[in-house]
Amino acid sequence: MATVIFYLTAIVAILAALAMVLSPNAVHSALFLILNFCSVAVLYLLLRAPFLAAVQVTVYAGAIMVLFLFVIMLLGAEKADLGSEPVGWQKPVAILLGIVLLVEGGFVAYRGIRLPDMTAAQANDIGSPITISSVLFSKYLLPFEIISILLLIAIVGTVVLTRRDRAHLREEA
Amino acid sequence: MNDVSTNAYVLLSAILFTIGVVGVLTRRNAIVMFMSVELMLNSANLALIAFSRARAESDGQVITFFVIAVAAAEVAVGLALLVSIFRAKQTTNVDDVSTLKG
Repeated sequence: MATVIFYLTAIVAILAALAMVLSPNAVHSALFLILNFCSVAVLYLLLRAPFLAAVQVTVYAGAIMVLFLFVIMLLGAEKADLGSEPVGWQKPVAILLGIVLLVEGGFVAYRGIRLPDMTAAQANDIGSPITISSVLFSKYLLPFEIISILLLIAIVGTVVLTRRDRAHLREEA
Repeated sequence: MNDVSTNAYVLLSAILFTIGVVGVLTRRNAIVMFMSVELMLNSANLALIAFSRARAESDGQVITFFVIAVAAAEVAVGLALLVSIFRAKQTTNVDDVSTLKG
């Protein structure tokens, strides 16, 4: 059962990712990326990480992608960019290098990793919110605090970057 | 309940990462390039959680939590940069923004 769900969800995730890259309309790309994030959240559930699955749906598929869609529609930048190619050989080279990277990754995935697969009982509670929070607030307390500062910096940076110039505004008025 | 092996998850993660890399290399719309970067971060998260299950430790999931937080900050700043560039140049095509001169 778990195997069937894994392969179905994996196919949906790969197809959504391909459609995201190939779609000429940026809004369609964003919607396909949301589909990809949701299918990866299903995979998190299969990996017994229910907390991360919830965070994935709310933060990634919810907050971040809404921000993307908001900016795309604010700028009206959903038009195709596929026609403009100043460097003609770029696309074939990129696809060739991508295939090389995929072969390397596949080789590592099938030959390089020798991790024992734990039994279900051992891995059962590692993804619960209680376990995650106890690790987060003890072993990873300092990174957690640094993340809060990073988010504050991001807020200030966003406000500074998108603020219009004072002098420029006065000229317009 | 028989589980899917960690190798299968890592292979899926490699496929998604490669699609993200090809997206960054082939697309010229800055917003779509950003979304491809998000796809790559997401595939790394998938591998981390698969390793976390294989080792039966929560550390991988906590690191994934941090990656999601950093990605949120990165997206906010990146999109603010895009809005600022669009105001100056009226484009999101990265080939049109090749000069440093404002």
